[in-house]
Amino acid sequence: MTIDRKQAPPIVDAVNFHLNLKPCQQFTLQNGVPVYAVDAGAEEVMLLEWVFFAGNSQEEQNLVAATTNFLLRNGTAKRTAFQINEHFEYYGAYLNRSCYNETATITLHCLTKHVAELLPVVKELITESTMPSEELAIYQQNMKQRLKVNLKKSDFVAGRLIDAYLYGEKHPYGKYSSAEEFDALERDQLLHFYNQYYTQGKLILFVAGKLPVNLESLLNQQFGDLPNQAVEVKQTALQPVTQKKFRITNDPNGVQGSIRIARSFPNRHHPDFLKVQVLNALFGGFFGSRLMSNIREDKGYTYGIHSFLHNHIQHSSWMVSTEAGKDVCEATIGEVYKEMKGLRDEPVGEEELLLVRNYLMGSILGDLDGPFQIIGRWKNIVLHGLTEQYFYDSIRTIKTISAEELQALAEKYLQPEEFFELVVI
Amino acid sequence: MIHYEKFTLANGLRVIVHQDLSTPMAVMDIMYDVGARDEDPNRTGFAHLFEHLMFGGSVNIPDYDEPLQMAGGENNAYTTNDLTNYYISLPAENLETAFWLESDRMLSLAFGEKSLETQRKVVCEEFKEHYLTKPYGDVWHKMRELAYKVHPYRWMTIGKELSHIETARLEDVKNFFFKHYRPQNAVLVVAGNVTVEKVKALAEKWFGDIPPGEKYIRELPQEPEQQEARRLEIKANVPLDAFYKTWHIGNRLDQKYYITDLITDILSGGGSSRLYQSLVKEQKLFSNIDCSHFGSTENGLLSIEGKLVKGVRIEDAEKAVEAELDKVRNELVSRSELQKVKNKTESMIAFEDMSVMNRANSLAYYEILGDAAWMNFELQKYGMVTAEDIRRESRAIFREENSNTIYYLAEG
Repeated sequence: MTIDRKQAPPIVDAVNFHLNLKPCQQFTLQNGVPVYAVDAGAEEVMLLEWVFFAGNSQEEQNLVAATTNFLLRNGTAKRTAFQINEHFEYYGAYLNRSCYNETATITLHCLTKHVAELLPVVKELITESTMPSEELAIYQQNMKQRLKVNLKKSDFVAGRLIDAYLYGEKHPYGKYSSAEEFDALERDQLLHFYNQYYTQGKLILFVAGKLPVNLESLLNQQFGDLPNQAVEVKQTALQPVTQKKFRITNDPNGVQGSIRIARSFPNRHHPDFLKVQVLNALFGGFFGSRLMSNIREDKGYTYGIHSFLHNHIQHSSWMVSTEAGKDVCEATIGEVYKEMKGLRDEPVGEEELLLVRNYLMGSILGDLDGPFQIIGRWKNIVLHGLTEQYFYDSIRTIKTISAEELQALAEKYLQPEEFFELVVI
Repeated sequence: MIHYEKFTLANGLRVIVHQDLSTPMAVMDIMYDVGARDEDPNRTGFAHLFEHLMFGGSVNIPDYDEPLQMAGGENNAYTTNDLTNYYISLPAENLETAFWLESDRMLSLAFGEKSLETQRKVVCEEFKEHYLTKPYGDVWHKMRELAYKVHPYRWMTIGKELSHIETARLEDVKNFFFKHYRPQNAVLVVAGNVTVEKVKALAEKWFGDIPPGEKYIRELPQEPEQQEARRLEIKANVPLDAFYKTWHIGNRLDQKYYITDLITDILSGGGSSRLYQSLVKEQKLFSNIDCSHFGSTENGLLSIEGKLVKGVRIEDAEKAVEAELDKVRNELVSRSELQKVKNKTESMIAFEDMSVMNRANSLAYYEILGDAAWMNFELQKYGMVTAEDIRRESRAIFREENSNTIYYLAEG
């Protein structure tokens, strides 16, 4: 039998799929700490995430939140940094911590069979960390060195600057680190911040994987007696800069420019947000997008070009990001604006819109695969103050948004004069 | 334990099916037994450039990406010094789209001049982005050249120099394709929400009539054993002095591989590892230090690299590294330290195996190495490693005459 290789096999349009967000069990510990749990998966592994409202919005001096978060693991009343690491590593567990704008987290990945051995030490990190001076000094020195290396990289410099333009240098979303600020850190400030926002602070727990049957009592035993006091997330006004176009020389011998083109955008509660996510996909959100097709696949100016919406809680922005050859940076920027114009001037064709719908649906289907991914969706919903309905609204938007609506959104938001434009070479 | 079924088509294409009904997705992974080591020394970077050209349309299908995205799928690819891997994830209902696309590009490419021209530029930008604009970005080029004099591992996957990519001709592209991209040199893995019967039928239908081509017989020059220490000093516009040292190690198929892998974990597998604790935390000589190995199929390298704390003399830093190596050469690791690195390996494998894509990728990898079944014996092989093994291998590896050292120093 010969086959017609020019003829594509029939497909089920992903846009017709019924996608469901796997439900998540919810319960509260004795002290009111909410727990979100997804019990699923074939491997005997689990993930636990402790979310505190201890992000950099809460600090009064730059880097206090991030440093406190980093040093959580570097010494308690009972154990040295080495002993803490050894404990987790002996059980093959990965203990990480991250500091964000509103929140800061401790994350534990472990084999389910070991969780009971690990939770008491996590508790110790939350209640008995000592932030030793010596550990702070090593951190300051090493972070300053790392910063020095990073400042040689155009993409790092561009990333800092564009955020500062968008949100303001004093805003939690826009501020960045300096050697002087690392030097200015004091142990007492860290301990104070630690006590207020971790030991006494507000906590939410997210758990996923193959969960032990006695999960609730395990968690209550260790974390049910934390004070869990209310924390108000501090608000800072946006202070974007007025100048719009920047050209910076970071390395006179550089062969590439880091290009960032970005505008301010409201947060996920705005009625346009979900719709603009579809427009963004079309514009520069996946491999088949207009920016990628034109600037990489047709012109070969770059290895990759992407556009995306920041996943910030208070306020977002819409950004185009790429590294392009030094001599084609300006041409690249010209093409980005040309693609904006194309989206404003012409409604997207049926075929291309279906492609974007199918791609987005397929990628959500793939993203929902596995307990860690599912809890990630739930975490995003909870921390952004949304409900489950948001997930279904986003599916409906992908399925039903029209070419006319997309064009109107392009007309509203893809206006070059609204965008900051930065090249760092 | 990962279950799978394996069969071979008449043209030599090996097909592996791994069913997992808990996911709505299907995964297709095609691994070609060709990497940068198979390149002509005057045309390096070719295997990787070629990977880009695989997306420039095939003989019957002008655009690869669009139909896949229409089917709700995503794909990507990578090239290493040893192999080239292409993988797709898509809703299981649309599995046949993956068969259609992948079989057509195994049949033949479109070989368009425009596609070559664009991808040459794209790869040059990739080269610049990853190796030219980053501080210390050229160090692994230099290290490979220092450590390998004969074997093709002496160049990186991206290529030795930009000019090799800039001068690639369509003729070279065609030859490369018909030499390496044949069913006999490939492994196809289909995993996820699929059945063996369906995969068998689809594999026959779409791949069955592709000519087998000639089996590529790899005959690479073997690196002679290094006889004396090699050293190189680089001065560049970087903010900090950095230390890089490598030692030759064995190949992927030797049991020694598992011993070596655990040695790197003992030295730098986390916050309680030896190099970090001693050199970063206690002696404060380095601001970061890492020990790893290339994981290459043929004889590889184990490396230790780190950036120095400002003011530290690099000779002193190196002595301190050697003092730590003395300990693994002379003393036996404790039972609990050995157990720690084994436990870490066990959990790492469990986390990796959570994703169907990783499982498909591993099956393809082990099949290319020799047998997909080996995937299920990895943990056992780690389990067999003893403290004596660690000491014996450390003595065999960490010899000065087996080493290559680069001092990467800040100018001025």
